[in-house]
Amino acid sequence: MTSTSVIDELKKSQILELLEQGKRVDGRALDEPRKLMIEINAIPKANGSARVRLGDSEVICGVKIQPDRPFPDMGDKGIFICTAELLPLSHPSVETGPPGPDVIELARVVDRGIRESHMIDLSQLVIAKNKSVVGVFADNVVVDYDGNLFDACAYATTAAILSSKMPKWEMKDDVPTLVEGGESSVPVTTIPVSVTMGKIGNYIIVDPNGDEWDSMDARITITTDSNGNICALQKGGIGGFTFDEVIKCGEISVKVGSKIREKLKQAKEGGQ
Amino acid sequence: MGGRDTTLVLLDENGIRCDGRKVDEPRRIMIKAGGLKNADGSAYIEFGDNKIIVGVFGPRDVHPKHMSNTDTGILRVRYHMEPFSVTERKNPAPSRREIEISKVIKEALEPAVMLDKFPRTAVDVFIEVLQADGGTRCAALSAASVALADAGIPMRDMVAACAAGKAADTIILDVNNEEDQAGQADMPIGYMPSLEKITLLQLDGVLTPAEYKKCVETGIHGCKIVYELQKKALTEKYFGNGEK
Repeated sequence: MTSTSVIDELKKSQILELLEQGKRVDGRALDEPRKLMIEINAIPKANGSARVRLGDSEVICGVKIQPDRPFPDMGDKGIFICTAELLPLSHPSVETGPPGPDVIELARVVDRGIRESHMIDLSQLVIAKNKSVVGVFADNVVVDYDGNLFDACAYATTAAILSSKMPKWEMKDDVPTLVEGGESSVPVTTIPVSVTMGKIGNYIIVDPNGDEWDSMDARITITTDSNGNICALQKGGIGGFTFDEVIKCGEISVKVGSKIREKLKQAKEGGQ
Repeated sequence: MGGRDTTLVLLDENGIRCDGRKVDEPRRIMIKAGGLKNADGSAYIEFGDNKIIVGVFGPRDVHPKHMSNTDTGILRVRYHMEPFSVTERKNPAPSRREIEISKVIKEALEPAVMLDKFPRTAVDVFIEVLQADGGTRCAALSAASVALADAGIPMRDMVAACAAGKAADTIILDVNNEEDQAGQADMPIGYMPSLEKITLLQLDGVLTPAEYKKCVETGIHGCKIVYELQKKALTEKYFGNGEK
């Protein structure tokens, strides 16, 4: 315990020293995300899937699409649910058992980014109003950890939804019944992209890696949509941001996000 | 958390909102410092129809012991809603939403409290939402700051919180439950006015970059209003004729 915390302090001062010279530990520019690799349809049994590697953080997202009962006050809308789980093989510190606050926050922030962007047009997922709707369930599993799981999970979820084939159901005798050959894409209105930034000292860095993640004072995750609008945000960590920093982070997220959106589009087209 | 009313007019032609407020007007806010006998510090807040009570214990021994830190005291926050606080009875077990809110409130308070002077101890903040009506996390955070100050915990500043948002294509201050359900965006902000630092920031909903800037500005304006009321609550308890 003591030895690891000494190493953390040393790492932190090294990271800060480098930042003062305008450099990062892995040689990236301050606003440069790590290499993003997207493999879609990695799990053929799922309706859609993606395996995403952001630097050395790796996430697999599988999308299952199936009929479900609508929420009581949302009879004219389909269902979208997104989860995230850290597997014990992803890092020596991860233990089995119910998720802790960090993992719950991760899942909720990823879910919020997709949901609030209105990526999926849920009004098109109704089989019979108030009775039966289509549910889209996106489950993320983290298999390797090196910081910034927010963006890795968000990209995996987005890529998996874009690659999904949605079966078609019709009501027969009050039961949703599969229509053979009725597959279509998930109705998508926009492509949300989250960009997570860390604050170390007075420096804002995009897509912190594991060492940077452990050293940062605060973080902010901003999701933008295809129109360059901001649709979800989460600040985390125990430090604070000034007004100017918050505005600057918004600008960075639009700029960096548009490049990543192109990669997500390419991944979808490349996989078909 | 209520049902959806599709006939609701969020903003009428005179710029008046569904509860009679102007776009830049917060709801009625009442903050009281103290009130609980056993807690080391406490506060009660009414923020519109939100009613929240906060109790603070510590610095005190940490249980379980392995959570303690030899370098600093630790802050623990539990945000909890009573089953009767919302329209449909809420399961009393902590939900994923409550666990996330506990975490963001803890991280919002942490830059304000100076616990390095109390190594191996914990300060526990218990937030109980008695009645919820949109914007509970902001009201809870504002009350928790007052309760920490009331407990005599050394602080760099108090965290004041207020939400801004967008409804009927207009940026509004202090989003109520109806506006949260039917509106276009909700952005809770926690802010330390003297240090000019944002310590809680979330957003649900779509904003253009210009609206985003205005929304943060509007929220900070709301935080400054809350800040004055927080100071007033403490002044009343310690320098006024209020109860001890």
